[in-house]
Amino acid sequence: MTATEGTEAVTGVPFTLNGTDLEANEGELLIDAAERNGVHIPRFCYHNRMKPVGMCRMCLVEVDTGRGPALQPSCMLPVTPEMKVETESEATKEAQDGVLEFLLANHPLDCPVCDKGGECPLQDNAYAFGPGESRFVEEKRHYEKPIPISDLVHLDRERCILCDRCTRFASEVAGDPLIHFIGRGSHTEVNTFPEHPFSSYFSGNTVQICPVGALTAAPYRFKARPWDLEAVESTATVDASGARILVQSTRNELVRIIGVDSDAVNWSWLSDKERFSYEATNSDLRVTEPEVRDEGLTFRTVRWNEAAKTAVTALSAPPERVAVLGGARLTLESQYAWSKLIKGVVGTDNVDAQMGDGLPAALSLGLPRATIDEVCRPGGVIVLMAPDPKEELPTLYLRLRHAIVEDGATLVEITPRDTSLSDLAAVRLRCTPGTVGQVLAAIADERLDDTVGGVDGFQLRRARTILTGAKPVSVVYGRPNLAESGRYVADAVGGMQRIAPDATYLPALRRGNVNGALEMGLTPGFLPGGSRDKASFEEAWPTVPDFDGKETDGILKAAAAGEIDTLVLLGADPVDDYPDAELARQALEAVRTIIAVDCFRTASSSLAHVLLPAAMFGEVDGTFCNLEGRLSPIRAKVTAPGLARPDWMIAADLAAAIGPDLGFDSLEQLRSEMASTIEGFPEIDWEGELALADGPLIRLGRNWDLEFGQAASAPAPSSSGLRLVVDRKLWDQGTMVQRSPSLAGLVQSAELRLSPTDVQLLNLGDAQWVTVEHGDESFDLPFTVDAGVAARTAWLPMGLPGFDVRQLLATGRSVTNIEVRAAEEGDTDG
Amino acid sequence: MATNDYVSHAPGYVDNEGPKIVTSRFLHDDSHTLARSEATGGYSALRAVLQTPPPEAADLVKEAVLLGRGGAGFPAGIKWGFMPPVWPRYLVVNGDESEPGTYKDRLLMERDPHQLIEGCIIACYALGLNQCFLYVRGEMALAQERIAAALNEAYEASYVGKNIMGTDVSIDVVLHWGAGAYIVGEETALIESLEGNRGMPRLKPPFFPAAKGLYLKPTIVNNVETLANLPWIFANGTEAYKQYGSERSPGTRMLAVSGHVNRPGVYEVEQGVVTFRELFYGDNYCQGIRDGNELKMFIPGGGSAPWFFPEQLDLPMEAADVGAAGSMLGSGALVVMDETTDAVKACLRVVRFFARESCGKCTPCREGTTWEEQILQRILDGHGRPEDLDLLEDIGSQISPGDYPKAAHEEAGLTAVPFPPKQTTICPLGPSSVAPITSALRRFRHEFEAKIGSATPSPTESRAADETSIDVDEAAEEVSA
Repeated sequence: MTATEGTEAVTGVPFTLNGTDLEANEGELLIDAAERNGVHIPRFCYHNRMKPVGMCRMCLVEVDTGRGPALQPSCMLPVTPEMKVETESEATKEAQDGVLEFLLANHPLDCPVCDKGGECPLQDNAYAFGPGESRFVEEKRHYEKPIPISDLVHLDRERCILCDRCTRFASEVAGDPLIHFIGRGSHTEVNTFPEHPFSSYFSGNTVQICPVGALTAAPYRFKARPWDLEAVESTATVDASGARILVQSTRNELVRIIGVDSDAVNWSWLSDKERFSYEATNSDLRVTEPEVRDEGLTFRTVRWNEAAKTAVTALSAPPERVAVLGGARLTLESQYAWSKLIKGVVGTDNVDAQMGDGLPAALSLGLPRATIDEVCRPGGVIVLMAPDPKEELPTLYLRLRHAIVEDGATLVEITPRDTSLSDLAAVRLRCTPGTVGQVLAAIADERLDDTVGGVDGFQLRRARTILTGAKPVSVVYGRPNLAESGRYVADAVGGMQRIAPDATYLPALRRGNVNGALEMGLTPGFLPGGSRDKASFEEAWPTVPDFDGKETDGILKAAAAGEIDTLVLLGADPVDDYPDAELARQALEAVRTIIAVDCFRTASSSLAHVLLPAAMFGEVDGTFCNLEGRLSPIRAKVTAPGLARPDWMIAADLAAAIGPDLGFDSLEQLRSEMASTIEGFPEIDWEGELALADGPLIRLGRNWDLEFGQAASAPAPSSSGLRLVVDRKLWDQGTMVQRSPSLAGLVQSAELRLSPTDVQLLNLGDAQWVTVEHGDESFDLPFTVDAGVAARTAWLPMGLPGFDVRQLLATGRSVTNIEVRAAEEGDTDG
Repeated sequence: MATNDYVSHAPGYVDNEGPKIVTSRFLHDDSHTLARSEATGGYSALRAVLQTPPPEAADLVKEAVLLGRGGAGFPAGIKWGFMPPVWPRYLVVNGDESEPGTYKDRLLMERDPHQLIEGCIIACYALGLNQCFLYVRGEMALAQERIAAALNEAYEASYVGKNIMGTDVSIDVVLHWGAGAYIVGEETALIESLEGNRGMPRLKPPFFPAAKGLYLKPTIVNNVETLANLPWIFANGTEAYKQYGSERSPGTRMLAVSGHVNRPGVYEVEQGVVTFRELFYGDNYCQGIRDGNELKMFIPGGGSAPWFFPEQLDLPMEAADVGAAGSMLGSGALVVMDETTDAVKACLRVVRFFARESCGKCTPCREGTTWEEQILQRILDGHGRPEDLDLLEDIGSQISPGDYPKAAHEEAGLTAVPFPPKQTTICPLGPSSVAPITSALRRFRHEFEAKIGSATPSPTESRAADETSIDVDEAAEEVSA
């Protein structure tokens, strides 16, 4: 999975390396050209995913470009024709010796207690290229031993060799320039600015790329020695980007996750959520045995077959009175198994893996799908009609940022508030909630003079010019605002199809394997493979649903109305996760039997009548389908606790009890059934060649003729109210974050964000709290001024402690208006 | 008119006999004002230049063989020719004078800012650009104040800004205050600093400022004194200019002499003709060594330059001759040390400067210079070891293998610099720290040895010895028992 794997044609720059005539690629750096030809030049500061700086001087080699041999840093030097390079000459060796002696002069030899010991480039290079002993007899440099530079990362400045990797990563890759060099000479050190910790969502990457033990991750410190670690390659499942990872364990406990350099996806980078949320797997709070709840709130541990019997009885209700929520957490195989159980055995179509915060499945199944590489192609146009990618798809954010900053991609941002990419956008259409469909329709119809939805004619014209230009357009789309109906985004996609008919689309939906869930039919109206062809599945499956099911909104409404007898929660937590908390609570209270398949006792699974323990990330084998439709392996590294089992086995057991069984009792059989049942689906074998590349893409060619109709108009704005924008933050009260001790504390409490204009208009002045009125209810909460919020809107993310914004939301409402005024004195007490 | 003495309102400047090309106004106490400048011919050269096509103006500079006064001594006219035809392009004035012993640019900026501004505008015009950045060292508060005031006057009088003197030439000059780092005197580090980054040098290639400089655009970085010469050259012509100095180094140079001479100070001296002996002993210049002492050694061109000794006194101050003798004229700073000087101490003093001012970018410089300082300090503290002397030389060769790069260039008819220079670092700061050590060690090894002879082990060394003094046999017996 490296950049050079047969993808680049060798254009041939002839050069000589240690006497051998070779060819380099045009513009290829000497250090890379040598590596590709089997000659490893030692380095510390050079990293193939960052710009070279030539700081550490470890990669000095003797280069002769016709003016006599001279020592040159091979990481800064593109190969030029007829260059003669000596990596093993006396002069090169002396330089390498010298640099290593200098680096080790002040480096503490605390390797025995250093996390990096055993996998340390400084150790390795010292062995391979160093002088063997030190002539340094002076007192070594001393600093306070590790200082926390963030909640997750500790910095030991004595060990630091000042390679500039972490600082370059922070400013160039992550765009969070929160660490930098201070001081000079031998007192140069990496540090944070006073009062500004390195609280980047990507801080863990600096630990991974640190060539010494200077940066260590708080969750891993002193947990294991590298030689005791076992590892498997897998895929991060916390969000839909599908970053490739190495999962490491010791003594049957997950201890570390490392980013793997996948060209197509994450370029070795990970968000801290992907990196550290493995702690949830190790949590003591896991559900480890089947439990049933007869009455009251206490659970009773039971044997699997008793729990299964209760579940089967409940599932035998009339199909239209059975519904399933969730499934986005599952592996692709488990999703297929559950899909077959629910649709093919139970026979209900009331299934939805999206929790009311997504978009109609027909969009992501039917729109021509873009790959991440296509979206990020140099010189392309990226349309962002999605939630802030830094908050919800951080790994994708890094790719988008790189494309815009380094590769000349143009960003058109169509969101209700500023995102982390706004500063890089060529044009920002700040559409008032409820108007995005109208705005795109205006651009499509060339009505470019009048202001629409808060967007003036100048911006409309500018957007149209970019979108209809010669550059290829890709659209990243999702639900940027949970306080307005998803209908508007669908309308906007319709408009976009008229503006740029050849555009491709990348869905930015919430929850890890949500794209797999939609592909596997965990959504109403579709069978696996996005199929509507019931006939073909009637042959393969015992039955198929004979009615069109409901989405999550409909299921919960029906449940609240007493129309659902049995509700299965497949790792879903509507009470905490569904935007209309009140409806979710009513629904769960009204259902006769709730079957929860979960790893934890959540607000919802605590209400279940049958709680089946599921194995989770790190414990299951399977497949992940990321947002571009790329399949990659999920591998088990540790055994599941207690009696927890993979979801597909639970499905198979339940099916066997209901009858007929699912027809597979091993992962191999399951996979071969998927390949034979789902059109165009590959035979998955992660032990074979499949695992070597970036993973196969599925279903990219699907291009349905979607009907969009007229864009719906938003309700007229009320004279005094503000329109609410609700989205999510990376650190929230979600299960994975809260069950990971290192991450749980990073959640910030809720505060309303208002635009400077509105703060002035509302005379909020010195107030720190506001009163929000909505309907006949009112709430007091803190607020801050945020220039990234559009005038006449208010922004408040969901899932934060302090204030549950879902109190303001209701299913079926097109937009959400709130009234805001300064809180009265004393209101804030308590 | 020369008083042959210090000028009271220009501290450090000595009004000696000789041509005055850049210091002519220093004698007036209001030399920094526009009124004085205009009254003494200021901006008249600019007015004339604006009537000639820019390429001709550039050719004139080439013809005058105006050598850069920053340290490398590279001809400005030739440097200007390296710019590819790419716009925007910039002129950056290096006023970050900080080489130990150098204080001539400070005087030029404090005493005659208009001369510098006029020079900048002429250069900008000749180079066909309209944005100039004046980077002034952070500690030079008076220079900054004077330049700021002069710029305001010059903008007001239409010598700078839009449509200069009614022509369609528009040039802006931006004054930028440094934050006080020696390394920013290096042109690529200066550019980094000007861009708002930490001042750390960039690697050349690919970042040759003439091609990829400020904001990666073509950029000429010139020293203050270099540009201050332009008004005189354009007012009086190249022939008049070449009358002074030697054939290879025409004109005058400002030399800052410090140390054990009777009259240290800044002198404007004809280039290439005056010898070191004349400078140190001549009545017109420094008037001999203090107390009638013997000269022990002197630094001919700033802290980075290898040292000279009495036998080099009769060399003319000509870059090629000095280069051939193994040192450089550099930034025109001469430090004179008499027989009372402790060579080891002097060496430590210079090395410490470089160790403190290393930017921290390249490992050999960052770690090596400090290590050198620590060893020298230890020798002085009476804890030297015989092997320290070889170690010092070894560390030096790990920073700067082979010969030191010499500050000379073949296109100026001088001995070629080995290119790329033999250094394991990006910029010459690290190798600069090696110069004093090698000089002192070669010449005064006996002084080092004398200090080491009576030495005792250092505290760290004896502690290390205690910790490692394990009797292996005894330990083995214990294990087997």
